[in-house]
Amino acid sequence: MPVQLSLVETAAIKVAAGPSQQVAAEPTTLQEEAAGRNREARRQTAESMAARQRDISVSEFFTKNRHLLGFDNPQKALLTAVKEAVDNSLDACEEAGILPVLKVDIQQLAEDRFRIAVEDNGPGIVKAQIPKIFGKLLYGSKFHTLKQARGQQGIGISAAGMYGLLTTGKSIAVTSRTGAGRPAHYYEIQIDTRKNLPQIITDTVVEWEPPHGTRVEIELVGTYKRGRHSVDDYVRQTAIANPHSEIFYSFPGGEGTQHFPRGSESLPPEPREIKPHPHGVELGALIKMMKETSARQLSVALQRTFSRVSQRVAQEICEAAHLKPNSNPHLIAVHEAELLYKAINSVRIMSPPTNCLSPIGEEQILSGLRKEIPASFYTAITRAPAVYRGNPFQVEIGMAYGGDLRAEELVDLLRFANRVPLQYQQSGCAITKAVLSIDWRSYGLSQSKGALPAAPLVLFVHIASVWVPFTSESKEAIAAYPEITKELRLALQDCGRKLAGHIRAHRREVDEEKKRSYIEKYIPHIGIALREILGFSEKVESDLVATLKNTLERSRARDLAGNEGE
Amino acid sequence: MPRKKKGASASPLESSKPVLQSIQSSAQEIKTKIMARKKPTMKFPVRSLANVKYHPQRGFFEMAGQKKERTLTVNTVKTFAQTLRMIALSKELLENDDIATKREAYYVSKNWEDARFSEQPESDTVMDDVEAYFSVNREQLGFIPEEKGGDVAGRLIVLDHDRDTGRTLRIDCTKFGSGAYSIPISVEHLQFETSADFILVIETAGMFQRLVKHNYWKKANCILISMGGVPTRACRRFIRRLADFKKIPVYVFVDGDPYGITNIYRTLKVGSGNAAHLNEYFCVPQSRFLGITPQDIVDYKLPTHPLKDVDVKRARDAIKNDPFIRHYKDWISAIEHLLKMGVRAEQQALAKHGLNYVIDRYLPEKLRHPERFLP
Repeated sequence: MPVQLSLVETAAIKVAAGPSQQVAAEPTTLQEEAAGRNREARRQTAESMAARQRDISVSEFFTKNRHLLGFDNPQKALLTAVKEAVDNSLDACEEAGILPVLKVDIQQLAEDRFRIAVEDNGPGIVKAQIPKIFGKLLYGSKFHTLKQARGQQGIGISAAGMYGLLTTGKSIAVTSRTGAGRPAHYYEIQIDTRKNLPQIITDTVVEWEPPHGTRVEIELVGTYKRGRHSVDDYVRQTAIANPHSEIFYSFPGGEGTQHFPRGSESLPPEPREIKPHPHGVELGALIKMMKETSARQLSVALQRTFSRVSQRVAQEICEAAHLKPNSNPHLIAVHEAELLYKAINSVRIMSPPTNCLSPIGEEQILSGLRKEIPASFYTAITRAPAVYRGNPFQVEIGMAYGGDLRAEELVDLLRFANRVPLQYQQSGCAITKAVLSIDWRSYGLSQSKGALPAAPLVLFVHIASVWVPFTSESKEAIAAYPEITKELRLALQDCGRKLAGHIRAHRREVDEEKKRSYIEKYIPHIGIALREILGFSEKVESDLVATLKNTLERSRARDLAGNEGE
Repeated sequence: MPRKKKGASASPLESSKPVLQSIQSSAQEIKTKIMARKKPTMKFPVRSLANVKYHPQRGFFEMAGQKKERTLTVNTVKTFAQTLRMIALSKELLENDDIATKREAYYVSKNWEDARFSEQPESDTVMDDVEAYFSVNREQLGFIPEEKGGDVAGRLIVLDHDRDTGRTLRIDCTKFGSGAYSIPISVEHLQFETSADFILVIETAGMFQRLVKHNYWKKANCILISMGGVPTRACRRFIRRLADFKKIPVYVFVDGDPYGITNIYRTLKVGSGNAAHLNEYFCVPQSRFLGITPQDIVDYKLPTHPLKDVDVKRARDAIKNDPFIRHYKDWISAIEHLLKMGVRAEQQALAKHGLNYVIDRYLPEKLRHPERFLP
């Protein structure tokens, strides 16, 4: 499993398990620095140390480590807060089968203080759930399932609220209505960072126009900048990768509202949920799964927990592990689990089902690029699904070339994971590495060694997966698993070939144009020269020039027709 | 465009008439084709080392017969127009008994608007094409090179004409002191008187100066000629006519490096790949290679420089592609020897053993065994 899963999982276990010695041990190491100084001065006894050892809540942990969630600096904090709210809104709309209409509004209250508001036309949230979703970290519907979605861990929006609370002291405000005729609830919520529990400040029913949907407002300290890494860029890229959504965006200093119209009326197919594939599981997770299963027999537990494990495969695994198929999975010992883990990886198991993925699709990528990027050539490809470590994933590439794009600049690389733009850590991302590993000169672009190609090109790269292997919690870069790199390269090369075809054709056209001008330019000189040598009249010269032009034009037209016939 | 001389004096020389005629007829041919709504063509011999043959009996590079046909199409229209305008310029020069240097011809093209040349190498190439097209040398077309012919000193009297009086001029090449006689651009009309035993052809002006200064020609009873790098056509023609006329051997003394061997010496002896249609007249097949040979570097313990990449490439290329080098095993093994040592030695390297070592020891020792000279 990817790095961040185990990290979050540890945190999750801590919350679930409550105070226990084993869990309490880790926070000590987290506080070691502070303790270190004391130790120098006066040696501690085990008892005195035990007095200070206590449980640490996930919320407290993240308060101290907010960079892990993308709140490391004010500019990024503003972006992350908007991003988490938008991701949630889009996920909710799609799950409910509603074509999303989003309003994103950023108001500047003071130099470094902003109020962001994200409103959707989604299904709304049931009253009782509102405080938990927005006021409790690691609360969500997506973590426990293997299903392609933007959010994964249930940290994002509540972390954004927590950041706002920490920097401004203001609560997160949520308005939601689940349907026409039902009341719209308005909440102001703060997160109790000690207990990881929501504190409800305000809870009222309000007048609200939309029949259904949710509006989230957060006040926070941030910096608004335009250009790279900006919220503007994020919204634009989101509009490209989600052509089925309509976005109204207003930002500080902007005149009125920027409208990103819908490019397609069809919702992406709903991703299906799948059980984890045995080849992607880690030992710790395997133990947990076996302890928590409802099955009484090991072989049944394997079949129920994992995808692609039939009775025969389960038997095979048990045999390889020298464990009885009918033994009780709840009583599995650690060394037995280890045997089981090794056995799973030694048995051939069918790849996981890939119908759980919901790629954007070539048509939709093209419509997204067309509506936002003024270019002269567009192409897109969606690769067939592939698998890394038991997780299905799918790579998609889109290209917009030429037109108004600037020729001498480096390629504009847009990275997406499950339709979410990735704006930071470009150089550490598997996508960038794959792009750099290709010799773009063979596709007619200019490229300096070790750099992105320089061309009037927007390169759109999307990875869809039930579990995108990010390199960190803040979901900014994708880990370079060999399977992922391979798929990326194949897709890039495929699109590269199409692009090269276009570039060649375009060059031919320019050449043709140049050649046509050659006829106009140089044939008169043939007339002049022949007249100088042979001394004929001006009339003969102009006849000769006209005849020759005519002959060449005709043969050129024939050549062109011949080329097209090929 | 060269100003037309107004008046009676402008008339073509008798010798230019055949060339003028072929210019007229090829222009007529092109015009006829155009008026028949066909694409006109011009045929040129391929001017490259790949299209030459070497016959030791005949002694020079000959065209192997490959021709390229330039059909007038959109792709070739620019060169085609430029070639025709160059031919028209030649016609005008010949009709007025005028000349233009290659550089002047390039400047004349500046009047041709879109058809003008942007750099002289472009106009030189078109000029070479025209030359090959009519199978004449460029002097016959009225174009002359800027290049200097070479310097001569020693036991030779050149017979030239005084342009004004028509009297014969006797130019004694022993009487230039520390200077030398300069080979003119056109040498066809010269006559010679000499009692020299051989002609020593030298690559560098520096070495020539040393031999002249010390009157080496007196001591060895020879004629000294300085080429100053790759010999010009005039220089090659001069040596050829002199050597043929008096049946005296030609010994060549150049730097011991791939350039000295495969460019300077080879061009002198058998001509160039680029102008193979003219090599018959512009080569000296009786040349023999005195030095500096790769073996000299060993025998005379000469100070050396390492071969540069371009030297190595030139040497390998010669072994692989030069029909002259490939014809002689001695040359192949000499060049391979040089490559193996990985060094080159200049003529002046002999100065290591004393400034006049070349006069006192090297040349006398080498000249004792002309049969050992490389072919």
